[in-house]
Amino acid sequence: MEPILKIDNLKTSFLTSSGEVQAVRGVSFTVNRGDILGIVGESGSGKSVTSMSILRLLPDTARIKEGSIEFHGKNLVTTSKKEMREIRGEKISMIFQDPMSSLNPLVPVGKQVAEVILQHHPDTGREAVRQEVLELFRRVRIPEPEKRFHSFPHAFSGGMRQRVMIAMALANKPDLLIADEPTTALDVTIQNQILRQLRELQEQSGTSILFITHDLGVVAELCSHVLVMYGGLVMEQASIDEIFEHPGHPYTMGLLASMPDLEQDKRVRLRPIPGSPPDMTNPPKGCPFAPRCPYARKICAQECPDLAALGEGHLSRCFLQYEDAPADAHNPFRNGE
Amino acid sequence: MSSENILEVRNLTKHFKAGRDQIVHAVDGVSFSLKRGTTLGLVGESGCGKSTCARTIIRMYDPTDGSILLDGTDITAMKQKQLKPYRKKMQMIFQDPYASLNARMTVRDIIAEPLLAHGVVKNRAEANEIVYPILDRVGLTKEHANRYAHEFSGGQRQRVGIARALVLHPELVICDEPISALDVSIQAQVINLLKDFQEEKNLSYLFIAHDLSMVRYVSDHVGVMYLGHLVEMSEADEIYKNPLHPYTRGLLGSIPAADPKLARRKEKSGIEGDIPSPIHPPSGCRFHTRCPYAKPECAQREPERKEVGGGHMVACHLY
Repeated sequence: MEPILKIDNLKTSFLTSSGEVQAVRGVSFTVNRGDILGIVGESGSGKSVTSMSILRLLPDTARIKEGSIEFHGKNLVTTSKKEMREIRGEKISMIFQDPMSSLNPLVPVGKQVAEVILQHHPDTGREAVRQEVLELFRRVRIPEPEKRFHSFPHAFSGGMRQRVMIAMALANKPDLLIADEPTTALDVTIQNQILRQLRELQEQSGTSILFITHDLGVVAELCSHVLVMYGGLVMEQASIDEIFEHPGHPYTMGLLASMPDLEQDKRVRLRPIPGSPPDMTNPPKGCPFAPRCPYARKICAQECPDLAALGEGHLSRCFLQYEDAPADAHNPFRNGE
Repeated sequence: MSSENILEVRNLTKHFKAGRDQIVHAVDGVSFSLKRGTTLGLVGESGCGKSTCARTIIRMYDPTDGSILLDGTDITAMKQKQLKPYRKKMQMIFQDPYASLNARMTVRDIIAEPLLAHGVVKNRAEANEIVYPILDRVGLTKEHANRYAHEFSGGQRQRVGIARALVLHPELVICDEPISALDVSIQAQVINLLKDFQEEKNLSYLFIAHDLSMVRYVSDHVGVMYLGHLVEMSEADEIYKNPLHPYTRGLLGSIPAADPKLARRKEKSGIEGDIPSPIHPPSGCRFHTRCPYAKPECAQREPERKEVGGGHMVACHLY
């Protein structure tokens, strides 16, 4: 498999009046061609900042402090602004959570999609661009594309706006599509339509997708691999089947246990993760999940474990899976050995 | 004397004016009853009227038609002054814990306000006697009482919202998407808290949400709304195991299965298209424009609600 994006030890911080917020604290992963990689995490886990760092769309207060983001062998961290503009929308494109605020309310949607094509291919003729946009609208199943070409965003529903965003993102056949919670603001029925569409488009075009979400259910539907982020770190990384069948990290286990599935027995109480996520101005010294972890030991508060292999392609950041960890009832990995 | 049904809603209708000669048919002829100590879940896409329904029941909006019986008393046409003692019996928990708490009040004052407004206590010192225990009960401490809402996380704010709703010992609590703004790991905390209170105080909940798995978990009965109509209603397990209305089926088919094996096996059901505008709702059955089983009859005649056995109601021409 050919890697198209390789992130190594990425650290991104925000400089605020109350100190440095370490949003991403050393994230490494690879996206291969044709992959749909999911990043799951709660608010503040650093998942969105990771994606914004890739496209260098960070606000002025943020800095990439360390690490590299290699895209087709080029380090995006040190790429010039001009070159970044050429990459955005052409090689890497992005769709956002809120399709209303990502579209210009004063410009007809057809023209907005056309702009993306013209930005990178200025020599394309008017009619050719129009035809391309109409074809894109057909591909993302916008009904009556000729009529809709001239409509303004306010005349579209949330789902239709997100389709316009997808059309725009795919306009230049990018190698990588970053989707940051693209269905969170939509109803389940519309979410289902959009997910099916993304899967189809991915199969047709072979574009790799980096899909960021808080919803493990959505990940199960769409992704082949998943990263679980917490407190600015990757806590676990595995194939989608592995994560659901053999979750390796107590945080992942906690997430899975706190979601009821449709078959959930009503008499059984949900098992929430106690407490709340860490404050990233002052992240815990040890494992960021330790204060909420039911299995935490002394060492967890003092040192942060490294990502270590649990199986083939399965990494997890937890002391309890280490060989020298004590095997007692408090260790979910060694229990019963 | 208290009646068996804490809430009975008959033919509830709420229309809003939207500009000249335009009417938004937000809720149209919805009827249901809620047994004391149980939970009724209301589900549907945005714009189906579930929140309007809740707000009309609690009389934030005046109903256009129909009647609302709270514990056997008709409160539909009561003036605000008459309504006050009944307000004590029904409280609401809102979706957005960021917008529903006054930023200029301390948590203590937010929770004490209903006590003072209803004359349960005379002064703040008396209020504290009630506020501190309930703070403790929702998992916050006395130290939190003097802080402002912005100092709290979303989950903690929602706990404040719950404390405020429960401090008057209501009998009916309307929960309008109480967990959808919260992180997954926090949602279960709040749900467990709501369930504990229900057991302890025999509370009744009208639980509005779009997370269908959570609705099944918390509800005894579930009603499905589409464009202002209640299209199906039944016991919670029954509606998930044996959904009858094509809309309910499509809605259930759209839920992402939190299991990759199931996701691959699942037939790719779901619903095509968007929910139409409630200003010009489709004729006949309002779902016919998106229904895969629509017959000519469906566009002409509105289906009546039928009972198909075991208290399972459905409004569809197929049955």
